[in-house]
Amino acid sequence: MTTEKILLGHGSGGKMSDELIKNLFIKYFDNPLLNQQTDSALIETSRGLMAFTTDSYVVDPVIFPGGNIGNLAVCGTVNDLSVAGATPEHLSAGFIIEEGLPIDILETIVKSMAEEAMKANVKIVTGDTKVVQKGSCDKIFINTAGIGTLKPEHKPISSGDDIRPGDKIIINGSIADHGMAVMAARNFGSFKSNISSDCAPLNKLIKSVLDSNAHVKFMRDATRGGIAGVFCEIAKKNNTGLEVDESQILVNENVRGMCELLGFDPFYVANEGKLIMVVAPEDADNVIDIMRKNEYGTHAAIIGEITDKHPHKAILNTIVGGKRIIDMLAGEQLPRIC
Amino acid sequence: MKHIDEYRDASLVKKIVSKIKSEMRDEISLMEVCGGHTWAIQKFGIPAMLPKSIKLLSGPGCPVCVTGRRYIDQAVAYSRLPNVIICTFGDLIRVPGSTSSLNAEKAKGADIRMVYSILDAIELARHNPAKKIIFLGIGFETTVASTAAGMYNAYNTKLENFFLFSAHKIMPPALGALIDEGVKIDGYIAPGHVSAITGAGIYDEVVRKHKVGCVIAGFEAVDILQSVYMLVKQINNKDFGVEIQYRRVVKPEGNTKAQKIINDVFTLRDDWWRGLGTLPKSGLKLSNTYKHLDAENHFDVEVEDTIEEKGCICGDILKGLKKPDDCALFGTVCTNANPVGACMVSHEGACNAYLRFNI
Repeated sequence: MTTEKILLGHGSGGKMSDELIKNLFIKYFDNPLLNQQTDSALIETSRGLMAFTTDSYVVDPVIFPGGNIGNLAVCGTVNDLSVAGATPEHLSAGFIIEEGLPIDILETIVKSMAEEAMKANVKIVTGDTKVVQKGSCDKIFINTAGIGTLKPEHKPISSGDDIRPGDKIIINGSIADHGMAVMAARNFGSFKSNISSDCAPLNKLIKSVLDSNAHVKFMRDATRGGIAGVFCEIAKKNNTGLEVDESQILVNENVRGMCELLGFDPFYVANEGKLIMVVAPEDADNVIDIMRKNEYGTHAAIIGEITDKHPHKAILNTIVGGKRIIDMLAGEQLPRIC
Repeated sequence: MKHIDEYRDASLVKKIVSKIKSEMRDEISLMEVCGGHTWAIQKFGIPAMLPKSIKLLSGPGCPVCVTGRRYIDQAVAYSRLPNVIICTFGDLIRVPGSTSSLNAEKAKGADIRMVYSILDAIELARHNPAKKIIFLGIGFETTVASTAAGMYNAYNTKLENFFLFSAHKIMPPALGALIDEGVKIDGYIAPGHVSAITGAGIYDEVVRKHKVGCVIAGFEAVDILQSVYMLVKQINNKDFGVEIQYRRVVKPEGNTKAQKIINDVFTLRDDWWRGLGTLPKSGLKLSNTYKHLDAENHFDVEVEDTIEEKGCICGDILKGLKKPDDCALFGTVCTNANPVGACMVSHEGACNAYLRFNI
């Protein structure tokens, strides 16, 4: 560790988070399941393979265009399980609430959690509530954990071990909506941005792809660290690299405008309803067709390919015909986005 | 997006690149002296498009990069004062000082806020009359204009708890100094937004004295490549002059209203540049009228002795004498997560841009 104190960048999901996890959490919690560093741990049980995950939500403001901390907390955990190839079943919900929070805000949050759970077909079966003194937390923090079941043939999805050169990289729609919606709500309350978070449960979309028997090699939801973080993660796997085409990646006009204005690179901005999927080349077109039939995949597109030409590098073919690498986010781009 | 997409048109880019290739004769070195250009060139992947005979050098155009450690150390000292709020642009927070950084002080409890504009800092001062707000003013003529407007506002509204700690610098002295230092430069890709304020005249002397090409460029792919093409032609024809490519923003005379406010608010002083040392009349401090708003004048702090990082070659990189990957620390000890030198901190810094984008 090169710093004496925790900095905001340690929670960014980028390089600093990576270092913290490696040098502290893995160092002490050290075990084979954790060390795989997948979004969900895959546990062999007598009932078969189970996926288990947890995530905490600290977004500021707690209510933003397109969602609130409640449906974020449900979608996030549902998506973490789903991208492991699992079918999410049961969730827990832990609330840390600041003294003085209006009950109607809490009710809005809890109600939307229930609605989102219904949509995603999961049950919130256990929970915990703590109230802390004013100033000890900011309004409300929520932790959710979730379990789901997994078919044995989907086990390799989590690790990405089956990724091979030629595989296609797919995304289910536009990027950077969530991060910029929160940013707009936080800083420009009076400024109507009409940017809305993409917060959504992706389990049904993923299920329809997996049920088609398409050979899905890897999935990841592109939350903190944005799609760039996922590309870098894929590039680290096996002995392959990847190439993506900037021109195929959709950034909504209003989101692009705000990113340009504030100097954010949309590749690094958080999403809450987007996943990157690596599939066998022969299945790619079919997967796109299936995704486009789902409400959260209408703008699905093939955006790139796995290659053996430059191992461990994520290369971007820029919109103007140049080439450059995509690196992981270093430090903090935007704190408390989820 | 209107006013952006037309300047990122892949077919137009291709045409300009082929025109550049057909004009190329000898090897040439072009230097961009604006961090915004450094970043844009890498972000669009321009080096991979150009012929190998064009060497692109990154000059001292990243304000964070050329600022000395002493400035950071002094800002750190201010942040430790009671009842003081430091307001700064984001980049500066992560720059390592001799033994600390603003980021580290923030984690220890200092009140350090990131702002997008000096006006945010002024608002903060109005709402916190019991606190003293210090704005860290950094940058070249572009940000100088907004700082000047802010100080003009603070002065006229008689704000008593708002202070400027200036690291502002002006660009022209550095351009000449680089060539005097022996850096081989055939042409400058001159900074578009600086020129929007100053006008094109500030480059006349360096072009006349050193016989180099100079094109004031915009920040999109088409802008940069068209500027490279214009520079190649100037160099081939030995017809050196100041041309404006970025006509949609830059007028030959610049923004005369901004120039007047800058001249009222600031006065020139000798200033220290990383890599170039002290350059006469290259920095800006508040003029006598505004002296009472100058943090250096108002606060008395003890600043630690400056310790420079061993092995860091930011100075040579800023002069274009070395490339980032010539540095032994690059990508190993010095990364964008743990920057050692200032060039790795700012996204406009050459090392940061190289590490993030260069294949």
